[in-house]
Amino acid sequence: MSENTGMFGASGSGDTSGFGGLVRSAANFGSSERPYGSYFDEVADELERAYPEFSDAIEKVIVDRGELTLHVKRERLFETAKKLRDTQSLRFEVCLGVNGVHYPEDKNRELHAVYPLLSMTHNRRIRLEVSVPDSDPHIPSLVEVWAGNNWHERETWDMFGIIFDGHPGLTRILMPDDWPGHPQRKDYPLGGIPIEYKGATVPAPSERRSYR
Amino acid sequence: MTTQDSYASATDTTEGRVYSVTGGDWDSLVTEIGQTKEERVVVNMGPQHPSTHGVLRLVLELEGETITEARAGIGYLHTGIEKNTEYRTWTQGVTFVTRMDYLAPIFNETAYCLGVEKLLGITNDIPERASEIRVLMMELNRISSHMVALGTGALELGALSPMIFAFREREKVLDVFEMVSGLRMNMAYVRPGGVAQDLPKGAVAKIRETVKELRHNFKDNEKLLVGNTIWMMRTKGIGYLDLAGCTTLGITGPVLRSAGMPWDLRKTDPYCGYENYEFDVITTDTCDVYGRFLIRMQELEQSLRIIEQACDKLDKSEGQPVMVADKKIAWPSQLSVGSDGMGNSLEHIREIMGTSMESLIHHFKLVTEGFRVPAGQVYAAVESPRGETGVHLVSDGGTRPYRVHFREPSFNNLQATSAMAEGGMIADVIGAVASIDPVMGGVDR
Repeated sequence: MSENTGMFGASGSGDTSGFGGLVRSAANFGSSERPYGSYFDEVADELERAYPEFSDAIEKVIVDRGELTLHVKRERLFETAKKLRDTQSLRFEVCLGVNGVHYPEDKNRELHAVYPLLSMTHNRRIRLEVSVPDSDPHIPSLVEVWAGNNWHERETWDMFGIIFDGHPGLTRILMPDDWPGHPQRKDYPLGGIPIEYKGATVPAPSERRSYR
Repeated sequence: MTTQDSYASATDTTEGRVYSVTGGDWDSLVTEIGQTKEERVVVNMGPQHPSTHGVLRLVLELEGETITEARAGIGYLHTGIEKNTEYRTWTQGVTFVTRMDYLAPIFNETAYCLGVEKLLGITNDIPERASEIRVLMMELNRISSHMVALGTGALELGALSPMIFAFREREKVLDVFEMVSGLRMNMAYVRPGGVAQDLPKGAVAKIRETVKELRHNFKDNEKLLVGNTIWMMRTKGIGYLDLAGCTTLGITGPVLRSAGMPWDLRKTDPYCGYENYEFDVITTDTCDVYGRFLIRMQELEQSLRIIEQACDKLDKSEGQPVMVADKKIAWPSQLSVGSDGMGNSLEHIREIMGTSMESLIHHFKLVTEGFRVPAGQVYAAVESPRGETGVHLVSDGGTRPYRVHFREPSFNNLQATSAMAEGGMIADVIGAVASIDPVMGGVDR
């Protein structure tokens, strides 16, 4: 994600810690190696069996903190989702929505869409992740696969500006229709004004001293 | 004898004179009406409407009294909580998320804290007593939330007394919350690593007393509504949504269980030690408002059962810690409830201000700076009164969340309004929405 230099605490004041020269880059997760553990191997095997283009569709597989994340190419998202839902041995019949995450430093993959999936049949959970460049924020809609994604995709469009192609009515849902910008993006300011309280002034939350 | 009258011609018959009232060419008029496009009436129900559960706006397209299309408009209570949490520490996040679904604050807090703990990798280090208190508080909260669902649901369908009974019981639960956390709503009581403070003296005894009262008093509403003919006529077969509909729409909670699916995260994916409690998952197979009502009624009793078991466990774990042992995560001070609500305990103030400089530094660093959470993302979910409250947390390794997203059951389930209401009568949309039990604070966040 991002790279940090210097002290890990406050910035903007003199360096008294002696750690000013430190460079720390945030963990960049590589693909996990098999065996993944838990039921994840089984899910991956079944998906590979059911979906011949698996190796082309899945960019990487990450197992972290007991959760499986499949990074899917957007061109293959729809097919992968259908396979995950319809294959008897997978049966991810519930999609718990979609959530956007904005990584401005992740060049050409700035916008991520994350889909938590649930299989009630097998009591399993996995996660799909799709990343697209900010300049071309198009992801195929999954409303046809899971109708419940309708509002979630609208919210993600509203908050991040990800365009879900094929959505039956991709309009803003939480913000007013004529709102400019997409508030949850990292380049969108939080806003707020300084507050005076008992003689002292408290700056807006985004202006306060921050610690990394 | 026949008289010529263009509007009412009369004919003499054996029974007497019969008039045929015509007055116009009705046949052609009827055909004409049939051919014209049907008259559509679009009604805006809300956002300011007493029976739309807060600021929900329903756009209903009507043909007579039948709904041909129903759409829900939301966003009137959007407060940007998710964005705001990105500018606070992980601990401060609790104070924000508790205000999302304001009828189920403990569930928001617990889901969020379970996520943070998963990110920190301390899920197994949470003291048992902390989990027991969490379970206790969640089940109490489930009762207070179901009380609002039942009370307002009945009120919206025209039954006033159940609402009064329901709010009477809810007050009792809120009194317990006040005793334990100092606040009746939005307590920010559950914190990453445990809970803000241990139960005060006498709390367990008071809760046992309350459980007894509640169990007795729940009968009032049961007598009023279960099997009540009018109530059943208003709710049976209304707001129909079967299992296929629930699955494709991602519906969870009582609505899913009313379609016969015994899906409850407390059983299927236990957290906070729910596997150690005995309770039943209530289902019906009616798929309608009445079924959901019955489920909520019976879940009250199940919650009481869990609370009793939690009380027994809490008696045994008296005096054990309620926060993780790791001093780099655990909030330095145990708070205490004073005459003006919750605040720092005087003992702690004495220590940091009078005795130990190191304690003061530690307190200052942890409270202002917060703790760092290793980079990564997790999804954690709990069974809230409305279904699966899931939280997706992303950390970049800093002291603040990189992204907090709540998968709110109200938001998701409200999508079912169209499926439940279309084709039904306009009066029934109220019952259908009430059975989803959406809380707009959660929907709009």
